[in-house]
Amino acid sequence: MWAYAIRRLLLAVPTLIGASLIIFAMVHLAPGDPIAAVMPADATQAEIEATKKAYGFDKPLPVQYLYWLGRVAHGDLGRSIATRRPVIEDVRDSLRHSLALAVSSSLVAFGLGIGLGLLAAFRQGRVLDKLASAIAVVGVSVPHYWAGIILIIIFSVQLNWLPAMGAGSEGGLAEYLRHLTLPTVALSLIPLGVITRVVRSAALDILAQEFVLALGAKGLWQRTVFFHVVKNAAPQILTVLGLQFGFQLGGSVLVEAVFSWPGTGYLLNLAIFQRDIPVLQGVILVLAAFFVLLNLTVDILQSLVDPRITRH
Amino acid sequence: MRRLIAVTAVAVLALVFATSAFAQGHLRIGMTASDIPYTGGQTDNGFEGFRFVGYQIYEPLINWDLTRGDRLPPLVPGLAESWEVRKDNPSRWVFKLRKNVKFHDGSPFNADAVIFSFESIKKRDAPHFDSYGSAQVTFRLTAIKGISKLDDYTVEIDTGAPTSFVPYQIVYMVIVSPAQWNKVKDWRKFAEQPSGTGPFKVTRFVPRERLELEPNRQYWNGKRMPKVDKLTLFPMPEPTTRLAALRSGQVDWIEVPPPDSIPQLKGAGFQVVTNSYPHNWTHTLRLDKEPWNNKLVRKAANYAIDRVGICKSLLNDMCIPATGVAYKGHPWFGKPKEVYEYNPNKARELLKQAGYGPSKPVPKAVHLISTSGSGQMLPLAMNELIQKNLKEVGLEVDLQPVEWNTLLTRWRAGFQTPDNQGLNAWNISWNFLEPWSGFGRFFHSKSVVPVSVNTMPYLNPEVDKLLDEAEKTFDIAKQDAILARIHEIIVDDAPWIFVAHDLNPRGLSAKVRGFVQPQSWFVDLTAATVR
Repeated sequence: MWAYAIRRLLLAVPTLIGASLIIFAMVHLAPGDPIAAVMPADATQAEIEATKKAYGFDKPLPVQYLYWLGRVAHGDLGRSIATRRPVIEDVRDSLRHSLALAVSSSLVAFGLGIGLGLLAAFRQGRVLDKLASAIAVVGVSVPHYWAGIILIIIFSVQLNWLPAMGAGSEGGLAEYLRHLTLPTVALSLIPLGVITRVVRSAALDILAQEFVLALGAKGLWQRTVFFHVVKNAAPQILTVLGLQFGFQLGGSVLVEAVFSWPGTGYLLNLAIFQRDIPVLQGVILVLAAFFVLLNLTVDILQSLVDPRITRH
Repeated sequence: MRRLIAVTAVAVLALVFATSAFAQGHLRIGMTASDIPYTGGQTDNGFEGFRFVGYQIYEPLINWDLTRGDRLPPLVPGLAESWEVRKDNPSRWVFKLRKNVKFHDGSPFNADAVIFSFESIKKRDAPHFDSYGSAQVTFRLTAIKGISKLDDYTVEIDTGAPTSFVPYQIVYMVIVSPAQWNKVKDWRKFAEQPSGTGPFKVTRFVPRERLELEPNRQYWNGKRMPKVDKLTLFPMPEPTTRLAALRSGQVDWIEVPPPDSIPQLKGAGFQVVTNSYPHNWTHTLRLDKEPWNNKLVRKAANYAIDRVGICKSLLNDMCIPATGVAYKGHPWFGKPKEVYEYNPNKARELLKQAGYGPSKPVPKAVHLISTSGSGQMLPLAMNELIQKNLKEVGLEVDLQPVEWNTLLTRWRAGFQTPDNQGLNAWNISWNFLEPWSGFGRFFHSKSVVPVSVNTMPYLNPEVDKLLDEAEKTFDIAKQDAILARIHEIIVDDAPWIFVAHDLNPRGLSAKVRGFVQPQSWFVDLTAATVR
């Protein structure tokens, strides 16, 4: 297992280099001039060209890529064009907010999703199954940015219970958690739906197997049978959980924009509009690295949960 | 003992009243900017940056007087007490600087600070050259070739050739503290601990989240001492988020509430303040090819637009119809011969006069528009209505929506690039705060791309001559008269499709008092209080 983990970590390096090349190419292929984008509407072309040179954007693309890659290897993601802050600082600051949001929405989505999915499977065909399935369908169908707006209207504007925007980082942990609540609910809806359906399907698969019938015939308690079903369905569920967590982390752009939540999604959104190429490249690379590590973690966890799965 | 008690009581009362005189609330503002505007001096995020950061933390030598809403703001002494052009050499302006002014870091303001600030914008080999700040403002200082120190409180500005535009341009150059810069020796660090002479100073800066400011109790202008005891700025680019933040009480003031929320806001007891200001929403036409190379066709397009419908139905009266560069009542409006009201029949008649009709339709035009953007109001909805209006009279226009920064990038390059060859116009909103931004950059032949942004290009020797004359006219009333004449010619030539002037709506909580909405892109926050 250790050898497998080390090998996967080493393989992550060429994977990330490949990802960095794709990121670099895509960011530079997008229309719009990075310097012109942060300059006022009526700056002259001459001023723009002079500023481009100062930032090194006048060099050929392969040269720019190699310079950037060399700096990344030393932990330097460059400086933001718009703010001149080190990208690594911006990424670090925003990543903690995105992680907080991803973890909280995952806890909600995973907890409720697994619970509803198992409930639906064990009560197949009955009212609870239909209710859980309906919740799942609503979850996957409702766009989370729209859900966010509705939550704001109800809980911030009408009821004035919870704040509509920001992270409230000046008010301590309690205030931070208050600000985290609505974005968490909005972001958890889609994975809640997906996980409910996957868990239900996986559990039903296991429940249909002969060994479960045998366990029941042997007189085992429902609780023990339940445990066996969950353990057998776990590898499949783990894969989905891992993927969903990755999407929570990397796919929160719209929710973060609606709530002005200062995470990586908000930073990416800002960098896109500003054509802030160093920030774009840095954030996407860090998120790609997270995905790689997340996949490795899920693979290892699967092997631990199910001894039939061996990793070489 | 009794005397002691009396003295103590008086002292306590004095403290209570003194505190309450200052403690007039915490003003929280939701901006449209998606990040905190650059706090290093020469700010970014366009005029919103000046509005909330540049002119609050810093000051220029000359200020706009933003205390009244019933007239265009005049220029008034800021960090300069007076200025005049030298009689023996009209290419030199002498500015007498204000004494006993301190920066937020306690260091004195003087001529050295003015030179330092100028060099940070213009002197590329200076150690304190700020490439980013320079890029934001240098193009606004075209008339200013150099600044020299005559004594500690007098500077002289060299303009190379006589120009009356200096005060209008110097208003964009804010003065930063050399002492603070010399302490940190880096503009990024300076931006985190900025030091100006303005009425507010920064206490906390959290990137992308908030900028907290408090009154500068050492501010030199007692009449503009801030009344609130705290000011917090939040970047909120999403209109629905801003609206929700105002409605839920998280902020007290939002910029640009969505037009369809205005009735709801008013009904809920919020204030919606508006005023005319030098803003223009227009289609800038390409004049060197069909169909807009024909003046009659351009006039026809202007008569085809239902501006009143746009302002009433789409924007809930948050704009006024535009029939020229300036709005009626502005000193530069003049008396144009053409008054572009909605008249489709007249539009069709003009097209007929131009030789177009069923057998010879007007060639289709392609207009580049944006999906959003600063000052762009509701570009998609407005442009769809314009397209419909034009079609009704026989003018076919294809709209090509692109993202705002893409539009700006393509616009700066001009119509002649391969990317833009197929275009006939672009829809960008403008300011006309002063003669150069209103007319010079668009309508003078010396402003043709790449020198400036006369992309059309509009080439009119008479307008060139009048613009040169306006620049050399130092009497403001006479200058206004020349600019009004220029305006009349431009309205008649119709190089743009004039559509609307925004009314700069902002939503304020009922608790906000004392704020006066000026006829400006900028605001004075010092008089506002929050109960």
